Amino acid sequence: MANSYDLIVLGSGPGGYVAAIRAAQLGLKTAIVERENLGGICLNWGCIPTKALLRSAEIFHFMQHARDYGLAAEKISADLEAVVKRSRGVAKQLNQGVTHLMKKNKIAVYMGDGKLMGKGKLSVTKDGKTEELTAKDIIIATGARARDLPFAPADGKRIWTYRTAMTPPEMPKKLLVIGSGAIGIEFASFYNDMGCDVTVVEMMDRIVPVEDAEVSAFLEKSLKKQGMTIHISAGLEKLENTGKGVKAAIKGKDGKATSTEFTHAIVAIGIVPNTEDIGLEALGIKTDRGHIVTNGMCQTSAANIYAIGDVTQPPWLAHKASHEGVIAVEAIAGGHPHEMDPLNIPGCTYCHPQIASVGLTEAKAKEAGYELKVGNFPFIGNGKAIALGEAEGFIKTVFDAKTGELLGAHMIGAEVTELIQGYTVGKTLETTEEELGNTVFPHPTLSEMMHESVLSAYGKALHI
Amino acid sequence: MPISLKMPALSPTMEEGTLAKWLVKEGDEVSSGDLLAEIETDKATMEFEAVDEGTIAKILIAEGTDNVKVGEVIAVIAEEGESAEDAANVVDSDAGAASEPVTAEEPAAPAAAPEPTPAPTPAQPAASGGRVKASPLARRIAGQNGVDLSGITGTGPGGRIIKADVEGKSASTPAPSAAADTSAPAATSAFETTIPHEIEKLSNMRKTIARRLTEAKQTIPHIYLTVDIQLDALLKLRSELNAALAPREIKLSVNDMLIKALAMALTQTPKCNVSFAGDQLISYQRADISVAVSIPNGLITPIIEGADSKSLSAIAVEMKELAGRAKEGKLQPHEYQGGTASISNMGMFGIKQFDAVINPPQGMILAVGAGEKRPHVIDDSLQIATIMSATGSFDHRAIDGADGAQLMKTLKELVENPLGLVA
Repeated sequence: MANSYDLIVLGSGPGGYVAAIRAAQLGLKTAIVERENLGGICLNWGCIPTKALLRSAEIFHFMQHARDYGLAAEKISADLEAVVKRSRGVAKQLNQGVTHLMKKNKIAVYMGDGKLMGKGKLSVTKDGKTEELTAKDIIIATGARARDLPFAPADGKRIWTYRTAMTPPEMPKKLLVIGSGAIGIEFASFYNDMGCDVTVVEMMDRIVPVEDAEVSAFLEKSLKKQGMTIHISAGLEKLENTGKGVKAAIKGKDGKATSTEFTHAIVAIGIVPNTEDIGLEALGIKTDRGHIVTNGMCQTSAANIYAIGDVTQPPWLAHKASHEGVIAVEAIAGGHPHEMDPLNIPGCTYCHPQIASVGLTEAKAKEAGYELKVGNFPFIGNGKAIALGEAEGFIKTVFDAKTGELLGAHMIGAEVTELIQGYTVGKTLETTEEELGNTVFPHPTLSEMMHESVLSAYGKALHI
Repeated sequence: MPISLKMPALSPTMEEGTLAKWLVKEGDEVSSGDLLAEIETDKATMEFEAVDEGTIAKILIAEGTDNVKVGEVIAVIAEEGESAEDAANVVDSDAGAASEPVTAEEPAAPAAAPEPTPAPTPAQPAASGGRVKASPLARRIAGQNGVDLSGITGTGPGGRIIKADVEGKSASTPAPSAAADTSAPAATSAFETTIPHEIEKLSNMRKTIARRLTEAKQTIPHIYLTVDIQLDALLKLRSELNAALAPREIKLSVNDMLIKALAMALTQTPKCNVSFAGDQLISYQRADISVAVSIPNGLITPIIEGADSKSLSAIAVEMKELAGRAKEGKLQPHEYQGGTASISNMGMFGIKQFDAVINPPQGMILAVGAGEKRPHVIDDSLQIATIMSATGSFDHRAIDGADGAQLMKTLKELVENPLGLVA
C-alpha cells in the first residue's frame, strides 16, 4: 500500500527529522508529517536564526569597541532590516538542507496537519483535503510554542513572542523583556547590543534561574554594566497594550508597584506543548501538565507510540530532542539503545557573555547530600582570554568529594558554549578529577581554564 | 604486593558458591586467562579465569568447600619478583581475618526482585580476555568499597561496568552470614526420624529452587486457566516439516512448536506479556520464552529470546543446543536469567494436566500435558482426536482473568491452525 509505512514521524523539528533519518538508515520505510516548515522551530524560528542575529550584534559590538584593538571604525550603524534578512537567509539555507536530507534518505514528506486516528493510523489534512496513512510505529515530535501572558496576549505589534522578536517590524526604542530564561535573556542581550534600552523582569530571585547561582549573579552584574535594567523577585502586575506602546506595572522586591512605559514587550515566560488536536485523548496517551509522559526508550503509555523532544518532559532543548529521536528509532528497530541521563545534557545560552552548563549546580548537589569539592577559575587568569580582549567570566566545577565524580560544570564568558562538550564527554564516560587532571589541554586556548578549574577544586590550580 | 584471589560473583544473584575443583596447585605459574578453578553457583558450574599473572603462592580454600561467600579470599598469587613463601606469609598474617565469614556483596537484589530488565542491555560479562572494562568512576567506587569488579556484570556500552553497577555493593559486612549459618544447621538438627534414611546436603541449585518457588507461591496470587487443544493438525504439519527439514538434519519437537505458539500468543495478547514490579507494570514488546529443562540434580530454564519472531527451525536448533549445555551445567547466566514467560512440558511422562508455579518476575507459565487420543465431539459426532490439556498460571496482580483467557484462546487457535506458526 502506498500510504503504509514502518514508521511515521509527526513533526519535523530537530527531534523529528533526525529520528526520520536514523529510521531510514536502519531500513525502515519512513514518512514525516509537518504542518509548517521542515526543520521545525529550531532552525526556522529558534536556535539557528537567533544565532545569526546574535552574530550581527556581536560584530556590531566589536565595531563599537574597535579602538580597544587599535582599530578605527567610523560612522558605524546597525541596519535592523538587513540583520533580520541575513538571519532569514540562514534559516532558509538550513531548511533547504533538511529538505535535501529527507530526499536523500527517501523519506516521504507530507505537508499538513497530522492527527492520530487510532493504533497505527494517522491522517494528514491540508487545505481541507485529508489523506490516511498507516504505520507500525508512530513518533510524536510536535514540539511546543511560546506561553502567552493570560492578561496580555501577544499581538505581534507591541507585545511580541520570540517569533516577532526575530522578525521585528521596527527597532524597539525601549524594550521590556518578561522572563529571564534562555530565550528572554538572549533577546534582551541582542536588543541591548543593537542599541535599544532594555529592561528585564524576572519573578524568581535571580536571572537565568536554572543556572548555578554564581553564574546568575555574574551575568546580572555584567548585563547591568552594559546598561540593561534588571528587576528580580519582581512581579508583572499589569501589562496594557496602548497601541502605541505598552504600560507595565512592575512590583519590585519592596512590594511597591511602579508603572513604566515601553515601546515594546517580549513575552518569554515559558512554553506550552503542542498536544492539541493531534488525537492523544482517543488513544489514552498519558500527559503531565500537558507534556507527554515517556519512559527511557521514549515510549508513551500507548503501545507502538513514542514521543520525543519539547512535547515530552524537560529539558526542552533541541539536542535532547535529536538524541531522543535516535533512541526511539533504535528501540523501534529492535536495538538496545542506552537511556539518556538528564544530568549529562548540556545547556547553552547565547547572551553576551555566553553561558554553558552541564549536570548539578552547587546548590542542587548540596541538596542531594553530596560532600563537595568546588573549583573555580576566572577568565582573567587565561592568556588566550586576555589576548582576545575577553577577560570576563569564569569556569566552575563541582565534584563529589568522596568519589571524584564530576557532578556539574558551569561556565560564563566568551565561547563557553563551544567548551562545555569537553566536560559532557567526561561526564558521559564517568571520568573522575584524576583523568581530567591528567588530560593535556592545548596552549594557548580558553579550554585551559577547564583544566585549571578541575585542578582548583583539588587545590592544585597553577595560574592563580 | 601479593594479589588476593577472591571468590567471584559469577551471577548477579550469587551470594555464595561451592569451590568444586582447583585446576591449579600451589607453585603453578598462571597468566591472565588461565583457568584457575571450577565454581558451582546456585545455577550452574562455571570456570574461574585468572585476571592477573604470577605464581600461586597459597591456596586458602580447599576444593569441595561449600558456602564460600563471594569476596572471600580463596588463594594468593605472588607477582613477579615476589617469592611465593613471602606472599604466603603475608597472607597468613591476615588470613585470620579473611577466613572468617565475610559476605562480599550485599545481595544486589534478592532473586525475587525483577531480574530481567525490560530488555535494554543483553547481560555481558564485563571481563573478556581478562581485562575488566569499567569506567574510572566505577573503579574508584569499587576500590573504596572493596568490591571485586571481575565479579560484576557491566550494563554500560559493550558491557562496561559503570557507576550504577557498583553502587550499593559493599565488600565486608560480616553480620548477615552469621545469622544464615546458625539458621541452616538448626533446621537440619531439628529434623529427627527413626525411619531408616540418608541425609544429603542440598546443592546450591536446590536451595535456589526452594527459595524461589516458596517465594512465588507465597507472594503471587496464581490463577489457573485450562484449555483442551486438538493436536492433529499440528502433528501432521510437524511430520511434513520434519520431512522437509531432514536434509538439514533438523527435527522439530512438539515442544518447539508450542514455544513458538506461546510466544506468538503473548505478543498478540500483550496484557499477558508483563511483569508485576511493585508500583510498576512492565509490558514487554518481545516474547522471550524460558523453557523448563530437567537436569540431573534439578531444573534450569534456558531462554529462547524473541521466540515470537524466530522460525520453528531456528527455535529447534537453539533449543537443542541450549538443552545440551544446560545438562552439562555450562549455561551462561544471561542464557537462563530473564525471559518474559515460561513453558513446562510434562507430556513425556503421560501427565494429563498440571498447574505450574510462576517463575518470578514473569507474569505467566504454561503447563503442557500429554497429547493423547481421547473421545472428542467434532461436528456433533463422537470421534477420536489427539487432545492435549494446557494450563496457564497467571500472576493475578498483573493479569485479569479475561486477559489470561484470551491468551489461552489465542494459543488454542494457533495450535489448532498451525500454519499460522510458519507464516
